Amino acid sequence: MKQGTGLGVYAILYLVFLYAPILILPVFALNDSQVVAFPLKGFTTRWFGEMWADANLRSALLRSLVIALSTSTIATVLGLFAARASVRYAFPGKPAAMGLIMLPMVLPDIVVAMALLIVLLSLSVPLSMLTIIMGHVLLCMPFAVAILTSAFQSLDKSLEEAALDLGETRAATFRLIILPLVMPGIIASFLICFTISIDEFVLANFLGSGKPVLSVYIFGQFRFPAKVPSMLALGTLLVLFSIILLGFAEYMRRRGIAKAGGKDSGGFL
Amino acid sequence: MAQTPSTEARAGLKLISPPALYAILMLAAPLATVLLYSVLTGEKGSVSLPLTLDNYHDLLTKPVYRALMWRSLIVSFFVTLATVILAYPIAYFVSFHVAPSRKALWLFLITIPFWTSYIIRVALWRTILGYDGIFDSVVMGLGITDTQPNILSNGVLSIIITLAHAYAPFAVLPIFVSLEKVDRSLLEAGQDLGESRWMTFLRVTLPLSLPGVIAAVLIVFIPTVGDYVTPELIGGGKTPMIANLMEVAMLKQRDQAMGSAIAVGAMTIVALISVAFVLWNKRYLGGRK
Repeated sequence: MKQGTGLGVYAILYLVFLYAPILILPVFALNDSQVVAFPLKGFTTRWFGEMWADANLRSALLRSLVIALSTSTIATVLGLFAARASVRYAFPGKPAAMGLIMLPMVLPDIVVAMALLIVLLSLSVPLSMLTIIMGHVLLCMPFAVAILTSAFQSLDKSLEEAALDLGETRAATFRLIILPLVMPGIIASFLICFTISIDEFVLANFLGSGKPVLSVYIFGQFRFPAKVPSMLALGTLLVLFSIILLGFAEYMRRRGIAKAGGKDSGGFL
Repeated sequence: MAQTPSTEARAGLKLISPPALYAILMLAAPLATVLLYSVLTGEKGSVSLPLTLDNYHDLLTKPVYRALMWRSLIVSFFVTLATVILAYPIAYFVSFHVAPSRKALWLFLITIPFWTSYIIRVALWRTILGYDGIFDSVVMGLGITDTQPNILSNGVLSIIITLAHAYAPFAVLPIFVSLEKVDRSLLEAGQDLGESRWMTFLRVTLPLSLPGVIAAVLIVFIPTVGDYVTPELIGGGKTPMIANLMEVAMLKQRDQAMGSAIAVGAMTIVALISVAFVLWNKRYLGGRK
């Protein structure tokens, strides 16, 4: 197609623009110079060594992992409730409830952070990893609901009815029939929430105590030019890690749709 | 199903209550608190009665608030314009020129950068755009200019570039979804009746995809007005936007009432603009039919 060629070139250029910063990361993480500029000076792995020797970074990473694991578990469980309710049942106040649950998707993070913060401060709740988790669950829940809703939507209702007709209880039907079929969606939701939580900065910054999590630590380090190369090394690893997680999440999401006999309609959202 | 509302509704309500309660406690209640605080008097970390509109009066009259609100809106306007214009052709390409079996892969490729390390990406733009940074060294290495362009010294421009990059995938998805819904036989009909491809696009495809464009505009515009990280990292705090001002009022000046008023005021302005934009488009769309 003639029309397609020009657009195809544009599409490639667009992808280059999207990926340029990510592709630059490993180049300068392996460049033997503190100055992040061309020409390249030579190959080194010392920034990776410097990064790993940083004890503060390791404890920040540990805190982030604990927060991300807790957040993705809680958000996925709450998302399961909301998605199941919204797909399967009609009840009063449904649009309002779903709207409120999905609201953090469009609300600026700073507004969510500040609103939570003034309530926590007025109740004298000490800021800690727990308060960060509380905020992150709020942010991740809409994404969990979106992914799980499409998982529940592609479920064949007759499977559930058959199980009930054959004498299974509602609880057993859910456990034996529905849960296995939406399991890929659950895993995809868990992975996406994990990625969002690890990455999130604004809530982690304002709802945390003095001990920084990974994103907050990185944010601080970028103020010192000497620290930039080792942060690029860290960034390289983080990007690799999240691409692997996302690839796996996408694989699970597609497998879930195929398993339930549905048709793939595109991306995560 | 709705014929037996009692059991049906009760089961639904029971299921929705844990996530809904969570959202009420952690989101609705805090937002209501912000609304309340914004009409109280605040000083040194506490708020007190009586009810007052002084905060809103300050918000509307003091030059610093107006200036930063304007800057936020202008930045968001250009970011939205850039992302939507850049996103439309790519959404069109994936919808019309990519084989159905490979569409999901393309969408996945487009969304990956959005999910990866926001902080690192924003910080990276600083090292790309800064004095003697990657952009400067490339441009000078190619002999295009002798002096460092140092784009970073232009805070607003750097913020726009960074945000436009960060929100690019956001705009592609809704436009793609609306393009997928365009009935392909309408396009054939248009061409059979002698319209050129370009005219068919302008008169059929583009109007039919406008709902997606509107969604893309809102989905980029609303969060970028309140972006906190980019002005902080890119502008080095020298080019603050409304979100940074909110933080300063809340935490540095410890005036929670003023901070709340900024939050409510900014969200109200964003909501009004969004509603006006949607209504304007509805009218325009309605007029065409």
